[in-house]
Amino acid sequence: MDEGRNGMIDAIYNWIDNRLALSKSGRHLLNKIFPDHWSFMIGEIALYSFIVLLISGIFLTLYFVPSEAIVTYHGAYKPLDGMRVSEAYASTINLTFAVRGGLFMRQLHHWAANIFVGSIVVHMLRVFFTGAFRRPREANWMIGATLLILAIFNGFLGYSIPDDLVSGTGIRIAFSILESIPFVGTNLAFFLFGGNYPGTDIIPRFFILHVLILPLIILGLLAGHLGMLVKHKHAQFKGRGARNDNVVGSPLWPNYAAKAGGFFFLTTGVTAILAALVQINPIWQYGPYVPYKVSYAVQPDWYMGWLDGALRVMPAWEIHLPGHMVPNVFFPGILLPGVTFTLIYLWPFIEAKFITHDYSEHHLLDQPRDNPLRTSIGAAVFAFYFVLFGASATDVLANYLQVSLNVVLWVFRISCIVIPIIVFPVAYKICLELQKTPDAGKRKRHVIIVRDPEGAYHSVESAEYVGYVAPELNPVDIEEVDLQPEIDALNTPKETPQDGIYQVPR
Amino acid sequence: MSETTEEHPDLESVPLDAPQFEVAARNVKRTEYITFASFILALIAFAAFGAAYTQNASTGIFGLTIGLGLFFFGFGLVSWGKYLMPQGPFSEPRPLMETTEKEKELLKADFTSRGKVAIKRRSFLVKAMAAAGGIFGIVAAFPLIRSLGPLPKNSLMTTKWRKGSYLTTIYGDKVKPSDMEVGGILTVFPEDDLGSAISQTILLRVKESGNIVTMAGREDWAPDGFIAFSKVCTHAGCPVGLYEHLEQLLVCPCHQSMFNVKDGAMPVFGPAPRPLPQLPIYIDSDGYFRARAGYDEPIGPGFWTRGGTA
Ligand code: HEM
Ligand code: FES
Repeated sequence: MDEGRNGMIDAIYNWIDNRLALSKSGRHLLNKIFPDHWSFMIGEIALYSFIVLLISGIFLTLYFVPSEAIVTYHGAYKPLDGMRVSEAYASTINLTFAVRGGLFMRQLHHWAANIFVGSIVVHMLRVFFTGAFRRPREANWMIGATLLILAIFNGFLGYSIPDDLVSGTGIRIAFSILESIPFVGTNLAFFLFGGNYPGTDIIPRFFILHVLILPLIILGLLAGHLGMLVKHKHAQFKGRGARNDNVVGSPLWPNYAAKAGGFFFLTTGVTAILAALVQINPIWQYGPYVPYKVSYAVQPDWYMGWLDGALRVMPAWEIHLPGHMVPNVFFPGILLPGVTFTLIYLWPFIEAKFITHDYSEHHLLDQPRDNPLRTSIGAAVFAFYFVLFGASATDVLANYLQVSLNVVLWVFRISCIVIPIIVFPVAYKICLELQKTPDAGKRKRHVIIVRDPEGAYHSVESAEYVGYVAPELNPVDIEEVDLQPEIDALNTPKETPQDGIYQVPR
Repeated sequence: MSETTEEHPDLESVPLDAPQFEVAARNVKRTEYITFASFILALIAFAAFGAAYTQNASTGIFGLTIGLGLFFFGFGLVSWGKYLMPQGPFSEPRPLMETTEKEKELLKADFTSRGKVAIKRRSFLVKAMAAAGGIFGIVAAFPLIRSLGPLPKNSLMTTKWRKGSYLTTIYGDKVKPSDMEVGGILTVFPEDDLGSAISQTILLRVKESGNIVTMAGREDWAPDGFIAFSKVCTHAGCPVGLYEHLEQLLVCPCHQSMFNVKDGAMPVFGPAPRPLPQLPIYIDSDGYFRARAGYDEPIGPGFWTRGGTA
């Protein structure tokens, strides 16, 4: 019985193998080494939540109707009965209240979107502060930045399509930002919206961008991102025998397969628990989008917060030219993100040229303290965006603290300049201090206080646990002994060189 | 792990009981129990999810059962992988990305030598091909981009408000002074553009009686304590829907721009750069509000092709 089953599996494997030569490349794959550091899991969270987005998104498309046609709602949600709403809104309400598991799927999709963008940002910070973007990984850094932009856009498109009051207001602002772009703005806005605001095309267009076009581009870029990762192999922190020309960690099979597979389920599990317990985007409370109605004190998804904040703190300036103008929203809505992402894209080159003058290949990561200038620039820029993010809540804060909006606004206007200026030298100093204490940040052991015969006290670090002696591990190479080149060499006639194209003897 | 140290003299062979192959768990039995328990918990939760589905349970139960199931399943796998498998660390070599001069030369030689044969004395072919490709690029842009929407032309410059338009509620009722108390606010439209995102206008009753003169030249724009402004914020286009009667301020909920009504809706706070355009209104002989004319400037946020009137 057992024999038979194994024979069967063998036969199937052989059948496939003899057609694809899996045994040749397969061993390479099984032995692929992944570094063990926790910070490498952040990127995995992004990948896994994208998978959750794909699966939950496909479920949503089965029920969502991307149409602005007005219908009279009759359905499970009684307070809305008889109201005239768009089909997009009605179908989302329907999805929420009448489809089994529908609300869960909507909330799962929305939470996964927030986690997706969040993990991309944190992943990017990790890559930045450890210098993982240096040669040869500059292009992969730029792919990553593109993925962040696309993720933010797709999130915005996604929460816009249910056509509720909150997201509709966001679409109106998006139109204003588009038409503010010099030279092309007005036309661009009309082309995207199919005419003047609001038009009737925007929900179907946003829909197809959201469910097909952007996800496909994201998928393609992800393939490139991960493909390049396999080609370069992971960068790694120093220590444990790590060198520039090796990778130290766990092999794909079985350690990493179990850990990463398990981590996928942990990520989806936590996302599902959030979706179960924490309400997100209750569009039935917001009501359908009506252009002359307003929603009070509702924030956009967090990853739009910095833009919203920038719109708020921007002083009321605009530039008037003969026959033309550069409107106020251009500066926070286009110029700021434009400059931000240009700097992000170019950073690897800026740093090599102006800071490190180092163009060599790096596979060993920095600690943030190793490059104080990079770290403090990064910290200051991050602080700037963090303040802008906070500024998206000026009205809520003013209300909560019972101070005037004016005070709150000015606090933020000043903070977004002053706080980065403070953060920069502080971060720099912290880096320098940390350089002097190489063990800082390592896992703490218990400290045992011992009293010596003279009565003085000393602190002694305990062993990691009772009876533990740290082993001196020599990393073991499990490099395969690849005989294939030799075999190939034997099979090749001696006089023909290996590469090139050759004429067939006539 | 081969013993063949001849081809790879730098590789040592390692016995299977070397420390790298020990597992990380301090207490193997306990870790096995924990891993086992989490798979069992996952099993229970998944089964509960099935039950919840057939019972059409609430969102909370739904998500919690499947979420906990996935969580424990993942927890089991991770603890197995992290604590019960050979702990290493292991390593593999990493070829650097830099290629040798020779490799570069060979590729370049293959590319250019054959390319030269193909192009030799045929640069007119290259030019013709480039021209055809370029034309294709240009004509392809038309159906792909130009067809997406109409040109803006004049449409951002005007609204549907005309001389004589009635101020009408969303339900199509004409508005008269007795419809509103002092401090009241009402959204009105021209009768042929109800619910419009562009023509939407707010009518305010600021005082009991008397014209409101916001600036010179607007002496008869706001009769009997009533005044009308475009409802589209000059910042980013949100509907300016809040009116604080005590201070006579219109407030935009999006980024809290504030407009001083007495001053012709001059912005006094926030990012809005221009006043809300004022709609000149009068009360006709039948007692209904009507527009003296349309807006005398484009409403709403700025846009590139808007003339630079301050
Ligand atoms: C980059 C990946 C994606 C992000 C960041 C994202 C984000 C979002 C967000 C935030 C919403 C609003 C959900 C709500 O609260 O109602 C949404 C809605 C939606 N998404 Fe996605 N999504 C992504 C990918 C996808 C994919 C791949 C599909 C389909 C194959 C999809 C289908 C839908 C549908 C049909 C809706 C509308 C239904 C609804 O709003 O409930 N999404 N998306
Ligand atoms: S849209 Fe009115 S303040 Fe921004």
